[in-house]
Amino acid sequence: MRRFARLHPWWSVWIAIATLVLLYLTFAIWPPWLIGLIGKKKLFLNSLFNGITLGSLYFLIASGFTLIFGLMRNVNLAHGSLYMMGGYIGYLIGDWTGYWLLAFPVAFMVVGLFGVILQYFVFRRMEGEDIRQTLVTIGISIVLADIMLWAFGGDFYNISPPSWLSGPIETIFVTGVKRSSGDLIYLKYPLVRLAIFAASLAIGLGMWLAINRTRIGMLIRAGVDDRDILSASGIRVQFVFVAVFAFGAGLAGMAGVVGGTFQSIAPGEDIRFLLASLVVVIVGGMGSIPGAALGAVIIGIAEQFGSVYFPTYAVVVTFLIMVLVLAFRPTGLLGRN
Amino acid sequence: MGAGSKAENEWPASKQDHQFNRRKEVRLRNLLAVMAAACLTTATHADVLKIGALATLEGTYTVLGEDGMRGLRLALSQAGNMAGGREIEIIIAGTDASPDSAVRAARKVVEQDGVDLVIGPLSGSEGIALRDYSKTQPHVTFINGISGAQETTFVTPSENFFRFNMDGAQWSAGLGEYIYNVKGYKTIATIAEDYSFTYTQVLGLAIGYCQAGGEITERIWVPLGTKDFASIIAALPDDVDALYLGLGGADAVNFLNQYQQAGGDAQLVGGTIMVDGTVLSSKGSAKNALIGVPSSGPQADTWDDPDWQAYIKAYQDEFPPDQRFPLPSLLATGYYNATTAALSCLNEVGGDLSDGQAAFRSCLSTLVLDAPNGQIRLDGNRQAIGTNFVSEVVELEDGTLATQLVDIVSDVNQTLGLDPDTFAAIGTPGREVPECKTSY
Repeated sequence: MRRFARLHPWWSVWIAIATLVLLYLTFAIWPPWLIGLIGKKKLFLNSLFNGITLGSLYFLIASGFTLIFGLMRNVNLAHGSLYMMGGYIGYLIGDWTGYWLLAFPVAFMVVGLFGVILQYFVFRRMEGEDIRQTLVTIGISIVLADIMLWAFGGDFYNISPPSWLSGPIETIFVTGVKRSSGDLIYLKYPLVRLAIFAASLAIGLGMWLAINRTRIGMLIRAGVDDRDILSASGIRVQFVFVAVFAFGAGLAGMAGVVGGTFQSIAPGEDIRFLLASLVVVIVGGMGSIPGAALGAVIIGIAEQFGSVYFPTYAVVVTFLIMVLVLAFRPTGLLGRN
Repeated sequence: MGAGSKAENEWPASKQDHQFNRRKEVRLRNLLAVMAAACLTTATHADVLKIGALATLEGTYTVLGEDGMRGLRLALSQAGNMAGGREIEIIIAGTDASPDSAVRAARKVVEQDGVDLVIGPLSGSEGIALRDYSKTQPHVTFINGISGAQETTFVTPSENFFRFNMDGAQWSAGLGEYIYNVKGYKTIATIAEDYSFTYTQVLGLAIGYCQAGGEITERIWVPLGTKDFASIIAALPDDVDALYLGLGGADAVNFLNQYQQAGGDAQLVGGTIMVDGTVLSSKGSAKNALIGVPSSGPQADTWDDPDWQAYIKAYQDEFPPDQRFPLPSLLATGYYNATTAALSCLNEVGGDLSDGQAAFRSCLSTLVLDAPNGQIRLDGNRQAIGTNFVSEVVELEDGTLATQLVDIVSDVNQTLGLDPDTFAAIGTPGREVPECKTSY
């Protein structure tokens, strides 16, 4: 951090000011002139939290995508299909057993296993041929989309969270003061979204620890830097590839359960989330997990603020961010040159 | 031209050879295509009548399109796949609710497959685009599937575009009066998808509701295909008696799901496709927020009219339970009516589509269709005048949700009973149109 401040003094000042403003906006009771300027605090806080929770869903999908790309240079355009598959599996498990939590490990394992099959039978056979792999993944995504349409129909599937997670809870954030009594009004927020945020945070931290503190993480980092040297030094690099692909696919599957819970699963969602994760990793930097986290939060917040403060142009905001990043930092915010 | 040929001459020999080979290849391929086409045309019977069917089989409205196609199939199978002594061949082309996808699909069936008749499209803005396209294809007759934007037949109508369903505003007839007088909602806010059909629906609602004395305090428009409504839900006004929801398909399910999670407890009023079978039969608990919600549209699922019950039975008998909705959605009904109208006029003219389909079209214009959801006839713009149903969502004994009739409004025309000039002065439905006034 100190090193960053020394290297980029102006950036550090701007980031510090932005953080202070954000803290003020989040915790202070807004004076009337501020409400007149940008509307109710309830709206602002909601958009902020929704952006972060939506960002955590994007992170779950994009982190697997970026991990696979970083290690194998494989732009897996079937990643959205893995997401959708996870959502359908999650619905079936939740519906059969009645345990929402059980849906997560099952979706993770089934989709992860499917990832193993994909890597072992398809991608291993065309290693190093980027374009061919990319085209094959498009083909696989189309086939998977049609198989799922055949199996599940075009209906909308919505995974119901357990009763202890449904409905809103009162948070510690103050949105205003009651005019009559002077009591503070606290923000009410959907519990399930908070749970999902906490879970993504845990997964993100776990991934960071695994990659930076464990032996397999060391292999992955070495593979990202130079795949050939890694395999030349006697590591069975194919095992690492299969493990990473399975993990990335499993994360996408788990994200499908999350997405099915606070949105819904239906044909076409695969493309939408593939696009979202592409935008996220382009903004954050291809191959970087902290980049995926940063990109996901930026895109999530931009979408939510856009939909409230300028609904007509909300769709444009995301792509505007992508354009700006590509224009000034073509490798992404945290990507390496 | 000169510059182009000069450039071509300067190409290296190998490239020229390559191009020559390519040309030869293309010529050969064309020849093969012509031969194949010739074989096909001799193989099919000359009397086969080709009908193109357009429906949203991709994207947000996939389920809606699928059920629309069920309606079309039901009508065909009831007619034994024959009309006017000719066998019927259906060519289905999928769209994704965007105008350009509808035009692309229409061009495919008209210009490549050479159909005589097009049935479709499903979604509002698609209808407007096809109205314009139909003007460039005067030899083909277009019968609207179920798209409901007002403009399609009200602004610069097309001679060969017929619509046997009412538009979104007609589908709102009676709802405004009902929620004001019976439900007692004095102020409402509307939240709806940002496109022509929902503009039309809100127009119909506003004309009824505001004339009854109600007030629309705010109109929120969200992009079609919005998935995360959380922030929009936070922005909903809490000082109104009820919220009107003009959402459809996946958007409706997502809204309801997130609305429940956010603990929303306002009174709701549904737009026509908000409480349609497609949403009422979605998987999961989101739809339960709709129980008791008033709405209106071209059908009430549990209506006890014998024709309607016969139609429901035919739908249920035609398709196995896992391949249909418990009850036909309004999209199935719309395509069913459009197809029935086409088939009965084809029978009337004996399958004769000569003279630019003149006899067939004049039959369509004067047809009085005894549809399961009430009698339908066309006005001078070839737009339906029909019956509208105000309903409330109920849970049936088997746990499925359906709409139950509370009021019938008959003979609803496109100007909603207003004088045509007065109605035209209101303007084309839009984000701010119409104003909420007690008289127009």
